[in-house]
Amino acid sequence: MRTDRKVVIRFTAGVAIVAALAISVAVFAGASKAGAKKTMVNTSVSGNVSFWGIWSAEEQTAIEKVIQGFNKKYPNVHVTYTSKGNDIPTVLATAIAAGNPPDVADVAQPGLVKQLVQQHHLKPITYAKKIISKNFAPAWVKLGVVNKKLYALLYKASNKSTLWYNVHSFKQAGVKAPKTWAQLTKDAKTIKASGTPAYSLCGSSGWTLTDMFENIYLRTFGPAKYNKLSAHKIKWTDSSVTKALKEMKQVVGNSSNLYGGTNGALQTNFPQCVDFVYSTPPKAAMVIEADFVANEILQATTAKPVKDFNVVSFPAITRGADAGAIETSGDEIITFRNTPAIQAFMKYLATPKAAEIWAKLGGFGTGNIHVPASAYPDAITRKTEAPLTKAKAAVFDMSDEQPAAFGSTTGQGEWGIFQKFLQNPSQIKSIQQQLEAAAKAAYK
Amino acid sequence: MTDASITVEPPARAVPPGPASGGALSRYRTGALFLLPAFVLLGVWLLYPTIYTIIRSFFGPSGYLGGWVGIDNYRTLFTTSTLVTAIKNSAIWVAVVPAFVTAIGLIFAVLIERIRWSVAFKTVVFLPMAISAFATGVTWRIMYQQDPSQGAINALGRTVSDAVTAPGVLPSAIPSTSLLQPDGGGLVLKTPLHPGGVALFGLTAIAPADMPTGSKQALKPVSKPGAIVGTVWRDFKPGGGKLGVVEQGELGIPGVTVQLHDSSGKVVQSAKTDGAGTFDFTGVPAGTYQAGIGSQTFAKPFGGYSWLGPKLITPSLLIAYIWIWAGFSMVVVAAGLAAMPRDVLEAARTDGASEWQVFRRVTVPLLAPVLSVVFITMIINVLKVFDIVIALAPESTQANANVIALAMWRTAFSGTFDFGTGSAIAVFLFLLVIPVLALNIRRFRREV
Repeated sequence: MRTDRKVVIRFTAGVAIVAALAISVAVFAGASKAGAKKTMVNTSVSGNVSFWGIWSAEEQTAIEKVIQGFNKKYPNVHVTYTSKGNDIPTVLATAIAAGNPPDVADVAQPGLVKQLVQQHHLKPITYAKKIISKNFAPAWVKLGVVNKKLYALLYKASNKSTLWYNVHSFKQAGVKAPKTWAQLTKDAKTIKASGTPAYSLCGSSGWTLTDMFENIYLRTFGPAKYNKLSAHKIKWTDSSVTKALKEMKQVVGNSSNLYGGTNGALQTNFPQCVDFVYSTPPKAAMVIEADFVANEILQATTAKPVKDFNVVSFPAITRGADAGAIETSGDEIITFRNTPAIQAFMKYLATPKAAEIWAKLGGFGTGNIHVPASAYPDAITRKTEAPLTKAKAAVFDMSDEQPAAFGSTTGQGEWGIFQKFLQNPSQIKSIQQQLEAAAKAAYK
Repeated sequence: MTDASITVEPPARAVPPGPASGGALSRYRTGALFLLPAFVLLGVWLLYPTIYTIIRSFFGPSGYLGGWVGIDNYRTLFTTSTLVTAIKNSAIWVAVVPAFVTAIGLIFAVLIERIRWSVAFKTVVFLPMAISAFATGVTWRIMYQQDPSQGAINALGRTVSDAVTAPGVLPSAIPSTSLLQPDGGGLVLKTPLHPGGVALFGLTAIAPADMPTGSKQALKPVSKPGAIVGTVWRDFKPGGGKLGVVEQGELGIPGVTVQLHDSSGKVVQSAKTDGAGTFDFTGVPAGTYQAGIGSQTFAKPFGGYSWLGPKLITPSLLIAYIWIWAGFSMVVVAAGLAAMPRDVLEAARTDGASEWQVFRRVTVPLLAPVLSVVFITMIINVLKVFDIVIALAPESTQANANVIALAMWRTAFSGTFDFGTGSAIAVFLFLLVIPVLALNIRRFRREV
C-alpha cells in the first residue's frame, strides 16, 4: 500500500508531460466528436445499474436529476439509486460479505476505496480514463488511482480550505479578509481589541481540529510532504509537524481570543460554532471549516450571503505554488462490476454535463475543469467551489485516508489527541509523541 | 410453518378428554409445537449471536481471515487506556447509581404517603421515565453548558454570585499598552505622576455593545497646574488605531473610578470619569503619585463550572441518570408500600416505636424484596448504559465518560470496525451481567 502510494503521489515531470499530452490528445479527440455526440441517443446499450449512495433528501433529488440527464442519452439503461445514508461503509461491508454488492457505489472514505481494491472487490474504470483525463486536472485524476489503476471518480468534491467570517465583525475591527497566515494572526489581534473574540472553534468535534492542522500542514509544506505524512511515511514526531503545530498554536493557543475560552471551545460541537459567529451580537468573528458551513449558516441563522457572511480561501502560509493547494473530501464513485451499461454511466458522470446539472442546484463542487464558475447558483458557492477547478494540487482530507482507529474515531487517535492539544497548546512535544504512538498502533 | 401448526392444533386440543395413556406423548408433542416458535426465535436472535460473539472474540479485526489471536483481544481490553477508563467508569456507575436510585425512591415513596397531592408529585417524579434517554441527554447537556447565558445550572450560579458580588462595568477590558500593568485585579499606570501631569488609560477588547451608556468622543486630557488629569477610553477604532493615543472616533468610558496613590501606596483621592472619559484630581500637593483603576471595575461575572469538562462529566452523567430512574424506583417502592400489612406498622407504633424506628425496623425490612428488585434492575440497567453518555457528553470528553457498552460500540461499529476487540468487550460485559442475572433468577424461584 505504501509503495503504491509513493508511485502515485510522486508524479515526476515525465508523468506530467505524458498527462499533458494525454489531455491535449483527449481534448482534440473530444472536440472532433463533440458535434456528433450532442444529438446522439444511444439505444444499443441497455441494462440495469444499481447505485448505492450517501445522498438523501435534497441530494437524492439532485442525483436523480443527474440520472435523468443520463437517460436522455441512454434511454435503455435503468439506473436505480438507493440512499444508504452515512452508514454506507457498514452497508457495503455486509453486502459484500453476502456476495451481493451494488453495481456502483458512492463512498466518501478514500481509505475504504483502497481497502476494497486490496480485497479485490472493485473493478478498474480504465475505460473512463480518457474522458476523466479530458475533464479533470491530473491532480484530481490521481485521487482515484489505487495500485496504479484508476478505480474511482471523485464526482462530488468539497473545498475544505476555507475560512468563514462575519462581515460586520470584520468591518467593526477594520480588517479585510486575510490572504496570508501572517495577516490572519495580526488581524486576529485587532479583532480581539475590537471586543469580539476572533475565533469560534468547534473543539468538541475533533475532526474540525484535524482539518485545521491539515490545512496548515498542506499550506506550509505542500502536497508531496502532506501525502507522506498521511501515509505515515513521515513520523508525527517530525520537525515539520512541530512547525505546523506551532502555527496552529497561534490560533488555538490564546484562550482569550476563542469564544468561550479553551473550555468553552472544547464543549462546542460543529454546527454550534458556526451559529456563534452569526448570532446577534456575534460571539466570535470567524470559523475555520469547509464549504459546507454555508449550508449551516443559511439554515440556522438569519445571515445573508456577502452582506452578513463571507468566505475566503484558507490563508497562504509559505509562498509558492503550494499556497493554492486545496484540501478536499468528497464522494468517490466506485464500481463492483463491469458491464456496458455501467461503463456508459461512469463515463457520463465524468462529463461536464453531469456535474453542471447538480452544480446548478447548489451544494455541489467538482474538479471538472469544464464546469464554468457561472454554473454555480450564487456568489458564495462560486467563491468556494470555483477554486476546485483551478487548483494545481489537491489532496484528500488526511484523516479520511488514515486507518479509522487513528484518523476518525471520537475521543481516540488524532481527534482525541488534537483535543488534548487544544487544552494544552504548549505541550507540542508530548502531543507529537502521543500522535506517533497512536499512529504506530493503527498502522500496524 | 408455525401458522400451519396453530391451525392444525385446535382439533387436537378439542380431543384431550380422551384416554390418558396415549395422551402423554401427544401432550408433549403439542407442548413442543407450541414452544417451537419461541425456541426458533431464541436460537436465531439470542443463542446463535451469543455463541458467535464468543467465538469471534478470539479472532483478529479482519475476521477469520485475520486468524486466531487467542486472548489478545482480552489483553487489549485491559491495556488500552480508553477501555480501562470505560471499565473504571462502569464500576463507578454500578457503585453509585443503584444505591442512590433505590434510596431516593424509598424516601420519595415513604414521604409521598404523607402528603396531599401525592398523585401530582408522583406524576412529576415519574415523568422523566416517559422521556427517551437520548432526549434527556440532550436536555441535560444544554442545562450543563458552562456559559451561564446558555446553561440553566450555571445561570443559577450566576444569579447567586451576582447577588453576592456584582460584576464590574468592564469585565473583559484589557490595557492597550504595557504602561498599564495589572495590579491585584485592577490596573495601575506605571508612569510616575506629578502635579500638572497627565494619565492615560487606554483599554481595548470591549465590544461596542458592552460600552457603558452615555459615552462620547474621548477627550485628550489638558494638563492643569496643581492637578493630575487623565482619560479612560476605549483605545480602539477600526483597524486598531494608534495605541495609547486618544484619537478621533474613540469613545470615552464614563463611570470608571480612578484612584490616586501617593508614594507609600495610600489612596489620596479618587475620581469618576465623565462621558468623554476624563477625570481630574485637583489640589494635589507636590510629590510623586501613581494612578490606577480598582479591581471592582474589572470584576468578572461568575464564569460557570465546567460540568461537561473531563473532571465533572461522570458525576454530571450520574445525576442525570438518577433523575431519570428515581421515578421508576419510587413507583415500584410505593406499590410495595401499599401492599404492606398496615397492622404491623400500627402494632409497632402502639408499642411506642418512634417514626424513625418504624421506618428503620419495620418498613425497610418488609420492603426488602421490593428494594432488591429495584436494586438488581438498576445494576443491569447501569451495566448496559449507553445512550445517555453518547447524547450528554461532548465528544471532547466522551473518552473520559466512556462506559463499557459505549466502548464496545465504538470499537466494533463506529469507524474502527474492530469486531474482534468489540466482541471481547461484549463477552466481558456478558460475564459481568451473569452473576446479577443468576441472583435475579434465584429470587424469582424463591418467590414462586
